[in-house]
Amino acid sequence: MRLRLVKQGTNFDFFKRWKLWLGISGLMMVVAFASFMIQGLNFGIDFRGGTTIRTESAQPVDIGVYRDAIAVLELGDVSITEVFDPTFGPEQNVAMIRIQAQEGQEAVTPEIIASVESALKTVRPDIKFVSVESVGPKVSGELIQTAAIAVVLAIGAVLIYIWLRFEWQFALGAVLALVHDVILTIGVFSELQIRFDLAIIAALLTIVGYSLNDTVVVFDRVRENLRKYKKRPLNEVLNISINETLSRTFMTSVTTLLALIALFVLGGDVIRGFVFAMIWGVIVGTYSSIFVASAALLYLGVKRDWSKPDANAGNQYANIDA
Amino acid sequence: MLQIDLWKRILIWLTCAVGLWLAMPNAFYTNVERHNDAIQAIELGADTPENQADRGLWPEWLPSGLVNLGLDLRGGAHLLAEVQVEDVYAARMDAAWPEIRDALRPERATVGTIRLQPSAEDEVRVRISQPEGMPRALEIVRGLARPVQTLTGVGANDINVRAEGDLIVVTLSEEEKLATDERTVQQSLEIIRRRIDEVGTREPTIQRQGAQRILIQVPGIGSASELKEIIGTTAQLTFNPVVTRGTDPEAAPGIGNKIVPSLDEAGVFYTIEAAPVVTGEELVDAQPAFDQNGRPAVNFRFNTSGARKFGDYTAENIGSPFAIVLDDEVVSAPTIQSHIPGGSGIITGQFTVEESTNLAVLLRAGALPAGLEFLEERTIGPELGQDSIDAGKIATIVAFAAVLVFMFLSYGLFGLFANVALIINIGLIFGLLSLIGATLTLPGIAGIVLTVGMAVDANVLIFERIREELKTSKGPARAIELGYEKALSAILDANITTFITATILFAMGSGPVRGFAITLGLGILTSVFTAIFVTRLLVVMWFERRRPKTIEV
Repeated sequence: MRLRLVKQGTNFDFFKRWKLWLGISGLMMVVAFASFMIQGLNFGIDFRGGTTIRTESAQPVDIGVYRDAIAVLELGDVSITEVFDPTFGPEQNVAMIRIQAQEGQEAVTPEIIASVESALKTVRPDIKFVSVESVGPKVSGELIQTAAIAVVLAIGAVLIYIWLRFEWQFALGAVLALVHDVILTIGVFSELQIRFDLAIIAALLTIVGYSLNDTVVVFDRVRENLRKYKKRPLNEVLNISINETLSRTFMTSVTTLLALIALFVLGGDVIRGFVFAMIWGVIVGTYSSIFVASAALLYLGVKRDWSKPDANAGNQYANIDA
Repeated sequence: MLQIDLWKRILIWLTCAVGLWLAMPNAFYTNVERHNDAIQAIELGADTPENQADRGLWPEWLPSGLVNLGLDLRGGAHLLAEVQVEDVYAARMDAAWPEIRDALRPERATVGTIRLQPSAEDEVRVRISQPEGMPRALEIVRGLARPVQTLTGVGANDINVRAEGDLIVVTLSEEEKLATDERTVQQSLEIIRRRIDEVGTREPTIQRQGAQRILIQVPGIGSASELKEIIGTTAQLTFNPVVTRGTDPEAAPGIGNKIVPSLDEAGVFYTIEAAPVVTGEELVDAQPAFDQNGRPAVNFRFNTSGARKFGDYTAENIGSPFAIVLDDEVVSAPTIQSHIPGGSGIITGQFTVEESTNLAVLLRAGALPAGLEFLEERTIGPELGQDSIDAGKIATIVAFAAVLVFMFLSYGLFGLFANVALIINIGLIFGLLSLIGATLTLPGIAGIVLTVGMAVDANVLIFERIREELKTSKGPARAIELGYEKALSAILDANITTFITATILFAMGSGPVRGFAITLGLGILTSVFTAIFVTRLLVVMWFERRRPKTIEV
């Protein structure tokens, strides 16, 4: 007996309340955006400059002690967080120390890093500095700009591709879904204050790719069914198409999530934020390809006379409407 | 019906075989790495028994290309430096003054006396006492201009000369500045490379980024500050005439002079002539040595033109002091005892042996033409890298196993076909990564894991389609064929769009992000290949052998 995530021949009505779904999606986007505007993202040093030092010691991390040791150096805003991870051994007590970019200094000063390191050594003689990263404000400003351009370019390129392959309504629907995914992901990062660094941009773009993958598969079926069922109303055609691809949608989401969850649990804390973004993106992307992209398509309407004959089906009646 | 030409079959298997063949060395990473290192060492002349033994760890006839591990996996240091190209303008202008003076001297009768005036760093202002002679003076100074040596700056001269009352103002032209910037960055790049090579680390990355930046990544080095010590000092060595020695850093140096501190003696400042007699660029060799008192020192030797200038100067100025200046600090200021004709000498100072060795390396590699400003620096300890590799390995294996089991449970025999393709797929990714010498980073591993999840997508699309076609009962062969045919457009569209985003990531991203884009992009290519060709071939081969009346997908 085969494992079936979705029963064969489902017939859910995804569009009974499509306006409601669009409304909910819109509302979530507003909430996410508001959170982003009010709280802002917890930018890593990639985007706002500064220094992070990752320390490791056999003794437990005591944030207060660390803070007192560093406070005398008067480096401005210093944040210290302890890092927990199931992959750590018992002797591995890890902390992340973040120091803001110092006023008026473009280049990174090794003196500051050395002074922090020696200050910590006095309270924890066995402490090791497993990674030290510094980014100057000049580069970080550029990085955020490049990242934003990358996301916009990716969405733009995709818009054009889908427009060429389908129709503009499809392109718009797909892009709406993408914007939805990106905003919701940024919203989650701002709400949970997870560190937002360069790798998260990579995750964002992957989400764009994944969500698109999903949307395109549904749209491909919609295109096929529009040729097949010429007289049926659009919402029925959309519904049939989503139901037909539902099994595949779930299969792919589940395999991808399986892989990502393995990485989330076992992949170490360094990339956990990155993997979290992708897990979130897969879930949101799957949702959005049905409830945003397709619903938007329903709202926009689509040209019903596909004058191009369907090469695959070899349908002799393909030109009947033309 | 279900037919694949023999030549196609051979081509598909051949592609898989070549990919796996290229990927194989990665399975024996440490051995192959030692083998490769040994070969390199032997080429460089270190033909020791250990190296020969290491070389034997991996047969010569097997491929030995490996996937490079990124800094975040191997540990090491990363620096992003900006070349301060403006530094060079000042040096150029300092050098222009003696030239202008010498050119105008014979025309004293028309232009009068010539005086250097204080000016901004990137220009020279010269006052002449007879403004009537200005046209002649301008003509002479313009005669010093040289055409710019670039393709774009055709017909442009390197300097602009204009008159402001009784002042002659000389500046670098825009074309010359551009050309100089280009040269400065190229030269800096070259010198950084030479310095890092002198230290001899494995696979450093030294790349130009944008117009003025240089990216330096050195795996295996202890820290970014260590790396900065190797490349960070400009080691600009000059020999300047000393005007006076004093203790006041704020004293007026006089035009054409400058005040620099002493390296060893705190509170001592020298006033020196800004235009050097000879510079470190004319050195041909520098070696660590010891002076007659047994203290560490550096021996140096000039090339012929440097030796001549140095010889002439020492012959004319016996008894007066001259300064050996390193990066705007006076290392020592000996008095010239006699004419030094041979063009070689010794720099003494309060060096440790290590410092003198480093200084010799720096002098030998050449001075950086301009200062570097470090915009970004990262040090990743080897332990963290190893932890990441271990975690990444386990995660990949678990993810892989989970997907394999899940696919088998869902699609049975067809799931097994997809699994075989998935394994080949991973092999192909590593083969391609080794082939193009790409660098695997931690996000890159995430990209592979994501590929594992998404690679099955194409197969899922096909299998689901076959299931659907089976429902309309066309017989298994026809259903399989239609399944592949009809799923194709969805597969292609879906993967092309993802590939577009991977390409943009690659183009815009840097470092680890780029590593992710590479694995994701390659993963898309290989997964489409394995889904469309490999699983299909497997299915067809099975079908031909069994000729089943019904199939269950």
